[in-house]
Amino acid sequence: MGIRFILMVNKQGQTRLAQYYEYLNLEERRALEGEIVRKCLARNEQQCSFVEHRTYKIVYRRYASLFFLVGVDNGENELAILEFIHLLVETMDRHFGNVCELDIMFHLEKAHFMLEEMVMNGCIVETSKANILAPIQLMDKAS
Amino acid sequence: MNPFSSGTRLRDMIRAIRACKTAAEERAVVRKECAAIRASVSENDHDYRHRNLAKLMFIHMLGYPTHFGQMECLKLIAAAGFPEKRIGYLGLMLLLDERQEVLMLVTNSLKQDLNHNNQYIVGLALCALGNICSAEMARDLAPEVERLMQFRDPNIRKKAALCSIRIIRKVPDLAENFMHPATNLLKEKHHGVLITGVQLCTEICKVSVEALEHFRKKCTEVLVKVLKDVVNSPYAPEYDIAGITDPFLHIRLLRLLRVLGQGDADASDCMNDILAQVATKTESNKNAGNAILYECVETIMSIEDTSGLRVLAINILGRFLSNRDNNIRYVALNMLMKAITVDAQAVQRHRATILECVKDSDASIRKRALELIYVLVNDSNVKPLAKELIDYLEVSDPEFKGDLTAKICSIVEKFSPEKIWYIDQMLKVLSEAGNFVKDEVWHALIVVISNASDLHGYTVRSLYRAFQASVEQECLVRVAVWCIGEYGEMLVNNVGMLDIEEPITVTESDAVDVIEIAIKRHTSDLTTRAMALIALLKLSCRFPSCSERIRDIIVQCKGSLVLELQQRSIEFNSIIGKHQNIRSVLVERMPVLDEATYNGRRAGSMPATVSMSSGASLNLPNGVAKPPAAPLVDLLDLSSDDTPAPSSSGGDFLHDLLGVDLSVGSSLSGMTQVPKAGTDVLLDLLSIGTPPPAQSSLSTPDILSSSQDNKMPAPTLERLSSPSSISIQASSPAGAAPMMDLLDGFAPNLPLPEDNGPVYPSIVAFESSALRLTFNFSKTPANPQTTLVQASFTNLSPNIFTDFIFQAAVPKFLQLHLDSASGNTLPASGNGSITQNLRVTNSLHGKKPLVMRIRIAYKMNNKDVLEEGQINNFPRDL
Repeated sequence: MGIRFILMVNKQGQTRLAQYYEYLNLEERRALEGEIVRKCLARNEQQCSFVEHRTYKIVYRRYASLFFLVGVDNGENELAILEFIHLLVETMDRHFGNVCELDIMFHLEKAHFMLEEMVMNGCIVETSKANILAPIQLMDKAS
Repeated sequence: MNPFSSGTRLRDMIRAIRACKTAAEERAVVRKECAAIRASVSENDHDYRHRNLAKLMFIHMLGYPTHFGQMECLKLIAAAGFPEKRIGYLGLMLLLDERQEVLMLVTNSLKQDLNHNNQYIVGLALCALGNICSAEMARDLAPEVERLMQFRDPNIRKKAALCSIRIIRKVPDLAENFMHPATNLLKEKHHGVLITGVQLCTEICKVSVEALEHFRKKCTEVLVKVLKDVVNSPYAPEYDIAGITDPFLHIRLLRLLRVLGQGDADASDCMNDILAQVATKTESNKNAGNAILYECVETIMSIEDTSGLRVLAINILGRFLSNRDNNIRYVALNMLMKAITVDAQAVQRHRATILECVKDSDASIRKRALELIYVLVNDSNVKPLAKELIDYLEVSDPEFKGDLTAKICSIVEKFSPEKIWYIDQMLKVLSEAGNFVKDEVWHALIVVISNASDLHGYTVRSLYRAFQASVEQECLVRVAVWCIGEYGEMLVNNVGMLDIEEPITVTESDAVDVIEIAIKRHTSDLTTRAMALIALLKLSCRFPSCSERIRDIIVQCKGSLVLELQQRSIEFNSIIGKHQNIRSVLVERMPVLDEATYNGRRAGSMPATVSMSSGASLNLPNGVAKPPAAPLVDLLDLSSDDTPAPSSSGGDFLHDLLGVDLSVGSSLSGMTQVPKAGTDVLLDLLSIGTPPPAQSSLSTPDILSSSQDNKMPAPTLERLSSPSSISIQASSPAGAAPMMDLLDGFAPNLPLPEDNGPVYPSIVAFESSALRLTFNFSKTPANPQTTLVQASFTNLSPNIFTDFIFQAAVPKFLQLHLDSASGNTLPASGNGSITQNLRVTNSLHGKKPLVMRIRIAYKMNNKDVLEEGQINNFPRDL
């Protein structure tokens, strides 16, 4: 399966984007997000980027005020996920130009479209930034 | 109109939510917005539909319910324009899930869009299908997806490949249809298609053994070539990460090779060279390179032995482990865990480094390292490793202590070379982290101590010293209290002194001090106090000089708010005061607890979860005295009449001796090897007040043994117990006299068909292909209205039935009483039956015949089966 969810959370622990690749109901999601955010945000820069929580392994990385948290299976390559987070951020950077929390908040649907081009059902679809952004740019042009 | 640029109101809403200072304000804003959206939905407002949905997605992300927007998604998907569909599909993926019935409605739209002539719309539909499709949708739409894997545009092919993964997961039978299209994808050049194709192949291998064989034969070489091309490819700016071309593709390829190579020497051989190349040539100064190395090592460890490669892999892990980057160290530990099954010796070489990681400041690394150390321990290194870990226990974080303690205890138990070492280590752990030690661990310690007869003196003295140093460790206090209660005189007289010990002088009064501290300590819980109370009773006999002081302490517990302690203190007080003649035998030392039985029970039962329940069971060894049992039995001449002891008898006894409050869990630690006679005697001695009519009880052993209870009052006890039975007898539900009445009351219920009036023929009340139910009838002549029915069920099928439940219902003029069934499992093919007694009282006896509706539920092959029927063929005169 690989990726089970992707979260973007700000320094205050508010969710800015949440994409789940397995079904969790509203209460479960809120509880999970709360627990993970508490666990990850309490860690310092020197500590490693992996946290084990319930049956998930959380790979997280901080960019300025925004945390990117990816929940994966135990068999997943943690370092590759870390690299994937960076690819995601670079892709968003290319589109938004130095992406920040507000870009994602106010363009939530676009952030999701990008994610859709990169991950589907927990698997990686595409790793070329140009290919990921092509449909989104096309749509922007059309409107 | 573009739904996103025109969404000023969406921006407004987000701004309003951002401006909220408190959660309550946020809720208010969201509530207002939701109300507006609902209104708009019910007016079927087209213009704002997409904007509403965009808002709903934001609200959903914040964690508020948005189910009312689900239908809007479907409407947008059904719209013609791309922007509407775009947001509709996004909403579908975020707001809905495969369990909802609404999803059924979208199947048709999906099908149309999969065949759309606009490839972006096809892409949208594929993506949605890949994320949320259910098993039914998978079956319906699989042909479309299969076709799209040959679509001209690679962006569609890659999505179709991933969509197939979802379909195969939902319906594994379809895997074979996708085998050949997946094979073709591996020949592509487009990275997106390759990476998805590789993932699809991996998934197919997981569900189908045939496919795995197919890929092994046909694709191993292809994949090796693809990997070689990627590894050696010139600079490709679009896919380059830190000088490596598409590390993600590297990793997926290595993963599929691992699946193919596992358990297949030829395939493993085929990938040997490329793995060696990846392992030696990949740059390890950047994360991307390390990710590849990490995956490569895992593949090398999993495929069939090619020893040269394994050395490479272990060396890479060694480098990882000494890396300064915590991420790299973490994955190294993770990987070593897997490597240990392959090459334990190589992992052992890194033991010192791993041990350092246990002491890391990072909780994730500590956890991994501790688990690794745990599997690294063997007979030869247990002593130094345990010492290191126990030393670290002193300085570790409080939140890590629980894990660490559990692992240390487990290591020490499993590998201890000798008992004295085990006891020493456990005492150290108890002194450092006694509050984290699990109940079964200190229970086991007590069993071991009890068995090590030459170490009793040493242990009790060590415990005494440890107690002086750390009074606050609950489990240490319990073990110390138990040992002092048992071996107190060894403590005082320095019996069994070992060479290594320093002599200590402990007076009887010092020993009693320990127990007194334990019982009066504010943090002591009920278990500890109960144990201390019993220890006091024992010491009262062993230390005659302190007897009065002990009695004072016991008497103080009379005022305890805990009923259990109160009652015991009263009982013990009267034993000390009034029963000097039996006291010494009553409180003799515990028999040696049987380790094998204890371990067997422990392995069989779940670990105790509630400390109270298992705490109670531990009181058992303190309270029960086996040696006294035999003399008492002789004394009372009871043994021949005694009823066979069910294995749980110790529990019953415990209830009475130590308290009904302390519910005895299933994990009753099996420490009781006490003959039933002893417990019964004690039981009667301590709890049963009223002397029973002795002769009658002795003459009815059969009835007694067939009833649930088997408490055998003894004639001689009358004399023994009557003086102490003043207050307890009234409240004691197990009083012997009421017991006898109860037994009398039971008698008519026992099936005694021979003197039961007219005989009725049995009937087959119900029969299906799998099950037959027969009824046997009997009546008591005194009560013609009431019929006793014995139902017996026979399984006619070749499968065993489990969770068998029989239910019956009768009309108002009948009264039905169902006894419990003889079991809930029905063996196959008539090899046994379940019987259940029913009592039917017919208020219109002689006017109307019996009639009954029945329902039988059971599980066959783990499937629930329900059978129902009506029984009209009762004999007429019932």
